[in-house]
Amino acid sequence: MTLDSAYLDYPLRKAGMDHDHYSWSNLFAREPIAWPSGQGVAVAVIINLEWFPIVPEDKPFRAPGHMVTPYPDYRHYTAREYGTRVGFYRMLDALMRVRARASVAVNGAIAERYPQIISDIIEAGHEIVAHSTDMNGTIASGLPEADERALIAASLGTLERVSGTRPRGWMSIARSQSFNTPRLLAEAGLAYMCDWVNDELPYRFATGAGSLVNVPINHELSDRQIVTVQQNSADSYVQQMQDAHTLLAGEAVRSGGRMLPLNITPYVMGLPYRIGAFERLLAYLVAQPDTAFHTVGEIADALGE
Amino acid sequence: MREGEMDPELYDFRPYRDRPVLEWPDGKKVAVWISPNIEFYELDPPANPHRKSWTKPHPDVVGYSHRDFGNRVGHWRMAEMMSKHGFPGSVSLSVAMCQHLPEVVADANARGWEFFSHGIYNTRYSYGMDEAQERALIEDSIRTVREATGQVIKGWLAPALTHTPRTLDLIAEYGLSYTCDLYHDDQPGEVHVKTGRLISMPYSLEVNDHYGFFVYNMSPREYADTLIRQYQRLADEGGTVMCIPLHAYLIGQPHRIGPFEDVLKHIAADGRAWITRSGDIADHYMQQVPA
Repeated sequence: MTLDSAYLDYPLRKAGMDHDHYSWSNLFAREPIAWPSGQGVAVAVIINLEWFPIVPEDKPFRAPGHMVTPYPDYRHYTAREYGTRVGFYRMLDALMRVRARASVAVNGAIAERYPQIISDIIEAGHEIVAHSTDMNGTIASGLPEADERALIAASLGTLERVSGTRPRGWMSIARSQSFNTPRLLAEAGLAYMCDWVNDELPYRFATGAGSLVNVPINHELSDRQIVTVQQNSADSYVQQMQDAHTLLAGEAVRSGGRMLPLNITPYVMGLPYRIGAFERLLAYLVAQPDTAFHTVGEIADALGE
Repeated sequence: MREGEMDPELYDFRPYRDRPVLEWPDGKKVAVWISPNIEFYELDPPANPHRKSWTKPHPDVVGYSHRDFGNRVGHWRMAEMMSKHGFPGSVSLSVAMCQHLPEVVADANARGWEFFSHGIYNTRYSYGMDEAQERALIEDSIRTVREATGQVIKGWLAPALTHTPRTLDLIAEYGLSYTCDLYHDDQPGEVHVKTGRLISMPYSLEVNDHYGFFVYNMSPREYADTLIRQYQRLADEGGTVMCIPLHAYLIGQPHRIGPFEDVLKHIAADGRAWITRSGDIADHYMQQVPA
């Protein structure tokens, strides 16, 4: 099949990006950013706390980690619940031991079903980031705008009702958005989102309805990527995070604040044979000079206006 | 190539044993070149009926923003480290980078890097192009790189590795001297073309960072060890070419660049490497070996 002649037209071939959300910017040529702690490296722990209905809807797509077998998929339903009941509490305890505050990206359904968890998160001083409704609440082009707006409102409404505070941040399932998502998030009053992974510092993101901050929570550094997808061991994950910290700490001396996002999953890193490695990583990081734990919200706010 | 035939007859069969010795300058054993792929992926490209640009409906936020990381963050980290250890780059360039992000292209040019074409965008494929369209793509590449950098491209790596049966003949006709799209050898060699002279430049998928991390699922340290083993073997054999194909959005990640630096240190300290650019390897080979 011969290509249409328009295939060799490039209407957006001009200086800058091929969209209006942000300008190109060299990380190493910016004004240095300062974290509230005054330390060079901000470690941002962000835990995804998710509820997978046993009936997947696949609209618009099936979330990573969702059901696999024909109905009823007891093994994946319960293995994800294991993360919520057991693995997450191991993580809370590990964070408490090093006095680290974290961010938890929570499905609205978790708050609805398990309000005790929300109390435990708040009591420990952690931040709640809205993370859709439940794991059927995926977003991509094809999801009608009204449905997407309702999904965002339902997530925020439930989390606000149960926690007493309206979340300021948003993380989409699989970081997947439609062309409408940034605008709908801004219209819902959110201050920041965590979906775009093109940078290592927060930056301002225009939406057509005002701007919000994008805090890049690098998927490459997540346990889902390193352990689940690439099948590296938990020990290797720890080594990789330590190598990343070494690099970022060196850059922080020359270029200003740097961020190390630790995006972890209770049903992955919260398993008995892995959590020890993660605890070792936390102990390592808390002992490093010029390093502090910050919530994603604190990192977003450090950008200023 | 012979279009439609089972054997495309791209080149002659030449077994690795008993070949004439290939000499590199100063008695070096292995020509080492690093090929950063400097690419621009479009957020919402038009569809090519033969291949999807993104696996997900547009916008593929992770896919797009992961690539964009390379131009905002990874390039600078990777380029600094290469310069520090004396490695130039031979850039596989999405030539629309010259319009979109000339800062990145200018930085590479200022470091003495070579550019060859990797198409206009890495989201526009050659599949289905007629001859006039493919000529337009090649002419655009030559003109765009010359205007932006002053360099005349000598090589080609097809956009997203998409070819037509005419590609090799056409790039030879336009005076390019090497293709990076053939993976049959660890030494350069002649490619059959209708006019002119074209050689294959050993590139690599096997030790490409994309394969290392996403096909073989290596940790950063395992990938570094792989590159060192590849280097050691090719240096032992001699007369060889080792390419390290990179993507700044992969190797420039904070957990990967440190282990990669150990590879550069190892090769630089070993002494057997001619650390150079693909065009220099092509020039040297074509001078030394008659067509």
